[in-house]
Order: sequence, then structure tokens, then C-alpha cells
Amino acid sequence: MIANTLPKSLQDNPTLDRWISFRPGGAVHVRAGKIEIGQGIATALAQIAADELDITLSRLALTAGDTDTAPDEGMTTGSMSVEMSGTSLRIVCAEVRALMLAEAATRLGRPAATLAVEDGAITENGAPTGLDYWSLAVPLDRAITGAAPLKPRAAHRLIGTDVPRLDLPAKLNGAGFLHDMTLPGLLHGRVLHPPLIGATLAGVDEAAITRVGATFLRRGDFAAVLAPSEAQARAAHAAAKPGWQGGRPVTPDMGEADYLVGQPAIHARFREAPRAAGERVSATYTRPYISHGTLGPSVAIAQCDGAHLTVWSHTQGVYLLRRHLAGLTNLPETAISVRHAQGAGCYGQNGADDAAAEAALLATLNPGPPIRVLWGRADEFTHEPAGTAMSVTIEATLGADGLPADWVTTIWSAPHVARSHFACMLPVQSLPDPPADPEHHDPHPDGGGGASRNAIPLYDIPNLTLDVHIVQRPPIRTSALRGLGALPNTFAIESFLDDLASRAGIDPLDYRLRLLSDPRARNVLTAAAAMANWPARGRGGEGRGLGLGLGRYKNRSAYAAVVMEVEVDTEIRLRRAWCAADGGLVINPDGARNQLDGGIIQAASMTLKERIRLGPDGIASRGWADYPILRFSEIPEITTTLLDPGDVPPLGMGECTMGPTAAAIGNAVAHALGTRIHSMPLTRERVAAALLA
Amino acid sequence: MSTSFTLNGAPVTLPANPGDLLIDTLRTGRGLTATRYGCGEEQCGACLVLIDGAPVHACGRETVTLQGRAVTTAEAIPSYIRDAFLAEQAGQCGYCLSGMLVAATALLARSPAPDRAAIVEALDGNLCRCGSHPRIIAAILRAARGAA
Repeated sequence: MIANTLPKSLQDNPTLDRWISFRPGGAVHVRAGKIEIGQGIATALAQIAADELDITLSRLALTAGDTDTAPDEGMTTGSMSVEMSGTSLRIVCAEVRALMLAEAATRLGRPAATLAVEDGAITENGAPTGLDYWSLAVPLDRAITGAAPLKPRAAHRLIGTDVPRLDLPAKLNGAGFLHDMTLPGLLHGRVLHPPLIGATLAGVDEAAITRVGATFLRRGDFAAVLAPSEAQARAAHAAAKPGWQGGRPVTPDMGEADYLVGQPAIHARFREAPRAAGERVSATYTRPYISHGTLGPSVAIAQCDGAHLTVWSHTQGVYLLRRHLAGLTNLPETAISVRHAQGAGCYGQNGADDAAAEAALLATLNPGPPIRVLWGRADEFTHEPAGTAMSVTIEATLGADGLPADWVTTIWSAPHVARSHFACMLPVQSLPDPPADPEHHDPHPDGGGGASRNAIPLYDIPNLTLDVHIVQRPPIRTSALRGLGALPNTFAIESFLDDLASRAGIDPLDYRLRLLSDPRARNVLTAAAAMANWPARGRGGEGRGLGLGLGRYKNRSAYAAVVMEVEVDTEIRLRRAWCAADGGLVINPDGARNQLDGGIIQAASMTLKERIRLGPDGIASRGWADYPILRFSEIPEITTTLLDPGDVPPLGMGECTMGPTAAAIGNAVAHALGTRIHSMPLTRERVAAALLA
Repeated sequence: MSTSFTLNGAPVTLPANPGDLLIDTLRTGRGLTATRYGCGEEQCGACLVLIDGAPVHACGRETVTLQGRAVTTAEAIPSYIRDAFLAEQAGQCGYCLSGMLVAATALLARSPAPDRAAIVEALDGNLCRCGSHPRIIAAILRAARGAA
């Protein structure tokens, strides 16, 4: 069966007209399930579609993320959009082009091989035939076969070129975001969020809410204010003074990764191998809870006329959100439309879905007018699902050659992926009779993993054992944050390797190359090392350090190697970063570099600075003053190279530099100090402690 | 109550009561959505506007204090600066960019040919979460070259 070889997106959305239609006036409407979150996917998908169709970009309109019109491609996560949506669109557009050419050949009585397409018009030997996509109007309500050949790389005009981002002009002109959308009669809601999970509402100052022109709504412990303006909603929220009782207690020590170790957990052994005999070494590496730190707080608009609910959200998955909203409102999914509109960069599951659920609840409690829910900065820091803390312990037995003869990794983590669980939506927990906590299992690393993402070394290491413990009731709510376990696991593996190399008296680059047979991994590693003039690295220990980190994201997406140069006295300063990456066929090299460099800076921020602090009232990091991120004065100078591996398929690149960057910083700091810091963030206090140890 | 000031070059008289914030006056009252709500605490820079040429957080400024002043929002910054951001593709999600444009405008007005260090200093109060910093610096260097 040919259909079984089609990408999942096409199996789930098997007709051409689900993906593409031709509009009067020479326009082409393309629909995709993967949405723009600042990564440039809308531009990349447009390039792919226009190239396979032989049309100019200006003819093309893209709709992404709409339960009424666009295909269901699951979530926009895991650097999968070019691989999934891009590949599917290529197949669809190639097939449409072939159908059109075949129809034209029939009408003209000419062999299809003599015909070509120029900007949607059918030509023969360069001359117009009078036919075009719009006049041919081939019916597209037919099954996708995947039989049409894709264009070879040499025939690409747009793929592989630096097409400027299609969405950037609007965003530089004050538009482009859901935050900017307004509707007639719009009301503004703010939800009173319980500080602790499971806290119940004892009371609010309803008179104060009324005084600022707002009304109070409540269902169970889900409580909100509703006002005619954003400013009034903000004032009412500040005046409400809710009294909360109970809830799951939180103490500051629970915010440390060490706290997870030994808590009730679901255990999975993803790899198991016999141990070797010989000298054993081990080390534990940790990462604290961190925030997505979305720059624009979450927002949503919902409107319910009693029978139909429409929700605008910057969710990463409109169909999953619709399913959850059906559970929340008791409306059938067919009575709910979810439309994606862009938000600020989310880097995983921030408050987007929760804000949408809150808006939907308010819209069903108060049918008629559209209702907008905009979170405040403190809401975003204290009530989005955090990126989980992790503790990663590696133990290896060393052979006589100083190389590992076995390798045992033990991970303790809270859930990395909770989005699919209805019970984990924020407002659901406040409604009467909330559903029980679900069981959280770690996704298998062979499918990309969660806590186990990139826990399996890229190196040729024999006798691997991998144990993952997912703590079921962590102190705060957690879910997906860019790269999931890839950053802490790559930090751990690459730190451990550097220390093994040091023990063996071997240069860290040479040590890795002895363990590395994957040619593409070797290529990025040696390229980054050459860019950084690795042979001149020196002995270290004198306040300047050079460190490297290598990874292949999810063990199956893009390869990246990063070398970081640091200076350390009382603080760590990043001087320069060199990055070599291999993402296979790159749709938009400039966009790819933007993602690679952005990943380096964001990972550097997480590695050096970021930590959610807990207090008696839950998350104590409530604003940017409590949760500093990397600033202009703290970024390194970055040089990035995209390697060209030849005519190979695209590999997702959006997250591939995160782990290698964290690792390169850790190793550079260890090189500069002559001693290692095992816990992120690498703060001034930890530098001082390492120097005193 | 009302307040009269110059908004993007044109005189306006807008209703304003004590406590009303400039960010609401601009976004809700005038539909000038380039002034973005990021934190409401003068911490991130997404809502920067120029008041008499100096960058100010609109989220922390009461509209009634603007009597007789000149307010410029990101919608009205010189086009060559916006063009330089586009030429460098200086952005990812783009949410911080209004504030970056305003900070860059203030810098270039007082220092037409800033070096990298001066740009870093001028923009250090503006947060970007996507990591577009190198391109934003490059864009301001480009704008300065173009204006020279």
C-alpha cells in the first residue's frame, strides 16, 4: 500500500483539498497544521509550496492552525515542522503540479513532458499555452498518492535561499499579534489564580471589584473579574484581595533538583546492559526549574453564542486544545472552533492553553460578548507550567584505554510533557470535582523522549543502561520547555566526557573522536573546533577557558557542535561562541542561522542565570527582577556555519544548539577554573564555592 | 479630565484621569498597538515610547503627566531604522522589537554613529527572549551607516 509510506500528516489529512485550493484572481491558498511561533516556519512552508508549484511567493496565502479549515498535524513542537509539515506540503504541491500538467497535456493533445509551469501558467518550450492552474481547475477532492516526484535540489529556486520572513514587516509596524486583536463589545477578564495547587477560595472583596466597574464570576474555585476595559480588569484583579486556603505546601528546598530524587515516581528502564569490570567513576549534574520567560504574557479571546464557541489562541496545537475545551465546556468538538493567532515566542508550553481555557470558561459562563483574557507578568511566571528540574547521574566503568566500557545514566525529573492531560490544565484544577491526577510516563527516547531526550550518548559507548524516574507530584506544575531533557542531558554527558578525558590525559576533542563513528557528528565537531582554533586552547586553569559541546537533537534531528570561550574571575563572561551545524537540506539558511544563534543565547541564559525560586506562596519568582535573563551586555560574539551534507532530507534545527551550548559553557568554565561546577545555573556563588573546594 | 500633547507629530487632546497609564491610552484609546505590554513593571522595555526624545516605559507613566509634551511611538520612528531591522532580519518572535526600535531611535538621535559598546549600553534594559540580540546590534549599526 502506497498510503502507508506517506508521512503521518498526509495519512491523517488524506485529500489534496485539505491542504491547497486555487482562488480566483491567481491566488493560491495553502493550509498547514504547524504554526508560526517566531521560528520562521510560515516563511519556510511558503518557500516549499511555491517551489514545488512553480509560483511566485506573492501568489501564496498560508493559513496555519485552524480547526475549521487547516489540517490536523498535531502540535508545533520538537523541531518537527519542516520535517513534517514541510515534507507533506512538498508532496501535496508536487502532486497538484503533476495533475495540472497531466490535465493540460490532455487538453492540448501534447505529451506532458513537453510542458512546464511558469508562475502558475502552463508553457510549452517557454511559450504560453493559454492554460494555467486557475483555468484548468482540476478537482482536488481526491486522495493524496505521493506518486509525483519531488523536485531535485538543483531545480529549487526558493528552497535553500534567504527569503525574508513574511511576518516580520507587520511585527515591526505594531501588528501581527493576538494581543493586538479587538472585537466589537469586547470584555476583559482576569482570573484570580490560586497560589498553591489545590488551594480553595475563601472569599474576595466583591465590593472593591464592583467599585472599579467590574463584575465577579465564580464556579467552584475558578474565580475571575470581568470588565469593559483592560485597565479596569487589571484594577479589579488588584483590588479583589482573594483569600486562599490550603493547597499543596511548598518550601524553598523543593525547588532544588536534589529534592526530586527518591520522591514517588514512575520508573522506566529504557536501556539495560551488563556492567563491565574495572574502575568506576560517577558524577551528578542538575538543572533547576526554569521558566519559558515568554516576553508577551499569554492571551486569548473566546466568544460563545450558547451553541458555538470560537476561541483565538497562540496555542501550539489547535486540535488538542479544542478537545480539552470540549471537556471543559461540555460542548461537542464540532461546536468549537479554535483559530491560531500569533503570540510572543513560547519555547514550549507557556500559559497559552491555560489562558484559552480560562477565556472559554468565561465565555460559556457569560455568553454573548467576546471575552479576552490577558495574563499579567506575575501570572505568567507563577502559573505557566515550568520547565522541570532534573538530576542526571552518570556512572561509567573505565577500560584500560581510559574509554568507558559501560555507562549507566539515572535521571530524576518531573513530567516534561503534560499538555495532553486534560486534568493538567490550570482552570480544570479549580472546578468542582476535578479529575484525578493522571499518571505521567516519560516518552520513550527512541521516539524523541522527554526526560530521556538526548540521554543516550551520540558516542559509540558499549553496555548502556538508562533509568528514568518521573516524579508524579512535583511541587509546581511542569510541562514542555524547548528541548525537554536535551539541555540537561547534553550538559551531563559532555561534562562527564570532558572529565573522563582529563583523567585519561587526552584532549577532550581527541577523546570524543575516539568514541565517535557517525561521520556527520564528526564533521560538525571538527568544524567547530577548527573555527575556534582548538589546538591553541592551552592548559587552562587561569581564568580563560575554551569548552566544547556536541549533540544531535533527539538523536535524530540536526547536529550541532558549539565551542565557547569564557573568562572567569568572580563571574563568568561569555566572550565568543563558534557553532557548526548540519540540518540536512536547509529551507532558509538565514532563518536557520537565526534559530541556531537564538538557541545559543537562550541556552546560555538558562545555563548561567535562570532558576525559579519557591516560597511559602508557591513560585516566588514573579517578575524579571526575580528572574534575570541574559542581556545585550552578556551575550558572546557568535560565529555560525551551516555545513552542507549534500542532497539529504531536512532535519529539524530549532532546538539543536541548546544542549551543546550548555555543555560548551560548562566545559569552558571547568577549563578556566580547573574544577567543575555540576549544577546549573553557574552563578557567582557556585564559582566561588568551586574555587574554595 | 483631558490632557493635550503631541502624539507622533500631531496635536491631540485625550481623556485622561489620574492613574490612567499611557500604555492604555495608546493601545486602547488610539489603537497604537506597537507599544506592547510585556510586564507592566518597567522591566522589559517592550512598551518604550519617546517622550521629548527620551525613551520611557509607557506602562509606568500616567497620561496626565504628558500635558504639553511630545510622545513618539514605535509606529512613527524613522523608516530607515525599521528598514535596517528588516534588512538584518533582526527578530524572531518580534514581540520585543517595538521597544528595540524606540531605544535605537533615541540612541541614534543623540549619537548618529554609535559603536557596538554604545549600542549594547543603550539597549541593555530591553529584554529579548528569542536571542535576536546580535542581529539587533547589526541592524542599528546598519542604520547608522545608512544615515551617515
